[in-house]
Amino acid sequence: MRDVIEDIEIQLLLEALFQRYHYDFRHYARASVKRRLVQARQQLGFTTISAMQEALLHDAETLPRLLNYLTVQVSEMFRDPSYFKALREKVLPHLRTYPSLKVWIAGCSNGEELYSLSILFREEGLDQRTLFYATDINPAALRAAEAGVYPLDQVRKFTENHQKSGGKTSLSDYYVADYGRAVFDKSLRAKTVFSDHSLVTDAVFAEMHLISCRNVLIYFDRALQDRAIGLFRDSLARQGFLGLGSKESLRFTKHAASFAPFVPAEKIFQRREAA
Amino acid sequence: MSDAPASTALKAVAIGASAGAVQALLHVLPALPAAFPLPVLIVVHVPPDRANALVPLFQSKCDVIVKEAEDKERVAPGVVYFAPSDYHLLVEADGTLSLSLDEPVNLSRPSIDVLLESAADAFGEGLIGVVLTGANDDGAVGLKAVTDAGGLAIVEDPAGAFVPTMPEAALRAAPTARAMDLDALRAFLLSLDAA
Repeated sequence: MRDVIEDIEIQLLLEALFQRYHYDFRHYARASVKRRLVQARQQLGFTTISAMQEALLHDAETLPRLLNYLTVQVSEMFRDPSYFKALREKVLPHLRTYPSLKVWIAGCSNGEELYSLSILFREEGLDQRTLFYATDINPAALRAAEAGVYPLDQVRKFTENHQKSGGKTSLSDYYVADYGRAVFDKSLRAKTVFSDHSLVTDAVFAEMHLISCRNVLIYFDRALQDRAIGLFRDSLARQGFLGLGSKESLRFTKHAASFAPFVPAEKIFQRREAA
Repeated sequence: MSDAPASTALKAVAIGASAGAVQALLHVLPALPAAFPLPVLIVVHVPPDRANALVPLFQSKCDVIVKEAEDKERVAPGVVYFAPSDYHLLVEADGTLSLSLDEPVNLSRPSIDVLLESAADAFGEGLIGVVLTGANDDGAVGLKAVTDAGGLAIVEDPAGAFVPTMPEAALRAAPTARAMDLDALRAFLLSLDAA
């Protein structure tokens, strides 16, 4: 019986989170949300989800703590090096033909993907003409992305990934080590707009040439995936590119016909000409 | 209320295995007929490499369809779904699958607990949860969730398991689980087909 009650509590908490703070997790894939909320309940010391909901409504301190459980934090620079290799070798030759470029990292979390793309574009000589948009719903994640500071013990993996992605420079050119942290060069984010943006509730804000949104959609249910992919379609310039995570696809969305596979193995799609 | 659910009420089999998994699964999966009446969801601990060798291996040896689980895919009978390397596999209440990159659980991604707990939520008494050979205790919490939700829990008999640690831990957590050797497990699954 406990699980049935907990399911009701979860539904109510998500409703409270939306009505009180306009964070809408109601259409996130529920099995993961449940795991995260149960973990939050245990680690934040609440006996029930309902008790956590009460704190959420009445104590402003609870929201940021809960958001850190509900939003994805784990990533690494140049995660899936073959994705960046495909961008470098197949996508950037197309982008090179534009005088100015806009790139959107949707769900940028702590910024690892942003710095990876910024380094890639600099290596390929496209950084001066590119404006990056890094968006997330979690203000703490956006602050971390803007800071560009990562634990030094992760940098070995970042470096290995960067080399595998066909990196033309050394990753160490872009950061200074400081008390166990790698502080990335602020010039990498000089042309970046950091912004609070929700794929659930917000709209198109610019015309993009490349959207990278990897391992975000797996946390959405099908209806929400449809909304996000529709938003990507409407945000992309004609023949613009969309990069998804290695286990994400457009197969189960109603917008599949709006995109053509470009590098199928790397889940890179190109927007078709509008009908 | 009847004691045991009729086989028509069964909805899925979820299996977790670690060290010795391939040999154990080779003993069971190739015996399943193409018309096996349930979906089979499997988590095997494998290194976080993008190429998962399990699917091609079992495809060549099985009559049932064997594939890597895809995000938001709806499960179907007669199909074996392996969790992709480095992703958790979860079942949603509507019988679709979700993948996640949440932190490893029990140092594992995919984690058996994550599969079994979400499958127990989704399928309740319609779930058969199975914990096979392995050298850690992933799956123990999950198997308890299976029995708590009224599902049927099975562990590989530790006496004959390649590594008994994992089925032993699962049995401690879910004492009502049935211990079966691999022959008995195979016969049990085939009896579901006959029902």
